[in-house]
Amino acid sequence: MKGAAALRLLVSAVGLVVIWYAVVWATDAPHFMLPTPRRVAETLLRQWDIIAGHALVTLAEIVAGLLAGAVFGMATALLVMAWPPGRRWLLPVLVISQAVPVFAIAPLLVLWMGFGAASKIAMAAIIIFFPVTTAFYDGMRRTEPGWLDLARTMGATPRAVLWRLRVPAALPALASGLRVAAAVAPIGAVVGEWVGASSGLGYLMLHANGRSETDQMFAALIVLAAMALALYFAVDRALTALLPWQPDSITREDTP
Amino acid sequence: MGSPGLHIRIPGLTIGTWPVLGGFALDFAPGQTTVLLGPSGSGKSSLLRLMAGLLPLPAGAELSASDGGPVTSRLAWMAQQDLLLPWLSLQENVVLGARLRGETPDMDRARAMIAAVGLAGREAALPAQLSGGMRQRAALARTLVEDRPFVLMDEPFSAVDAPTRHRLQELSAKLLAGRTVLLVTHDPLEALRLADRILVLVGHPALPEEIAVPAGTPPRPAGDAALLAAQAALLERLAEAVA
Repeated sequence: MKGAAALRLLVSAVGLVVIWYAVVWATDAPHFMLPTPRRVAETLLRQWDIIAGHALVTLAEIVAGLLAGAVFGMATALLVMAWPPGRRWLLPVLVISQAVPVFAIAPLLVLWMGFGAASKIAMAAIIIFFPVTTAFYDGMRRTEPGWLDLARTMGATPRAVLWRLRVPAALPALASGLRVAAAVAPIGAVVGEWVGASSGLGYLMLHANGRSETDQMFAALIVLAAMALALYFAVDRALTALLPWQPDSITREDTP
Repeated sequence: MGSPGLHIRIPGLTIGTWPVLGGFALDFAPGQTTVLLGPSGSGKSSLLRLMAGLLPLPAGAELSASDGGPVTSRLAWMAQQDLLLPWLSLQENVVLGARLRGETPDMDRARAMIAAVGLAGREAALPAQLSGGMRQRAALARTLVEDRPFVLMDEPFSAVDAPTRHRLQELSAKLLAGRTVLLVTHDPLEALRLADRILVLVGHPALPEEIAVPAGTPPRPAGDAALLAAQAALLERLAEAVA
């Protein structure tokens, strides 16, 4: 089964490369518009040192942003759940804050926090904060009513209801939020790098684009995509291992 | 055991604009099992939820214990679903009440009750690893660990197959003996096997009506001729209530 999945991935990759070649051949595009896969692969190998250095910077920003955003998101959801005034005052502010496009405040973040990693971490954290908060909060609110009834007849303390019922019951929902967060955190970091940075894949791509070194841009893009995918699957695996009781109805590959 | 009796008096219960229950008063004798029957929507679950403190008592209503003590802090509740927490082992599920009150659970008692419902050796199992019948037995063990004089059960065995239900009825009659039990069911046979007293909720808004109980002490054998005759009569009475 594992081998079959790997084979499918390989076939898809080869298929993409073939389509890529076909587009280059059909449009007869010059290499600074659309480089061939071969040219990109050569650039990737030749400039590996430079690209890997920038990739590590971006990866560190993404992971730090993911951690910060997840911690703030979870803390906010708990505050809103456990403290009714927080619900009345904080929840509307949270919703309104989503009306401000995160991309629009990126220049401000760079202005305030500088060209270093801090502004990129903040960017990634802000972009994942809302999905994590809402997923966790909704999960806690949708705790099975029967469990809450049972807790009430047992004379449960509000604290115990929160920590022993609502929080564990919300963990599968929180896991969905964290999966989304893992997928979108790279966007935050890269946008931050575009606006102003001295290193990172976003910075590298912006400059390669300016110098019409499209092959280097594609090489950086491939590394970024590979990193984002690896991060997503690592988070997905870790969450599945941590929540063994969570029912997964797709246990077989052919489940519709 | 000396469980006190229960008394409830309500001037009627309206949910939304729909009058569910009429005004009546009921006394539940100490240490006896009262079974509440009625067609769907007759308000039997609502009455049970009122007594469990899960629905606010309407104005003018009164719920009291015959010894003058509190009611809601001395009752155990068992629902149609097992309500086991999927992330906790059987043993931890059984001691949930103590954990939720911030008390130290009595693990020896928990193990004894798990053994009493026939689940010894499965203490570490997660609910997903147990069958439906086993989960309902675990819920019964959790109810027993609470060790309360009042036990309120809302169709506790309706989600399991007939043979399992039969065994669960016997088990609960044995283990709950001496407590003041109020059991809601829609199964006439279950009512006739387990009840010291049977009430049927009829009419709209519903009022309780006494039904004669066959001789013998619960759990009565299901094949008893008098019980089967009573079951036919009870079924007729319930069918009339629906019409």
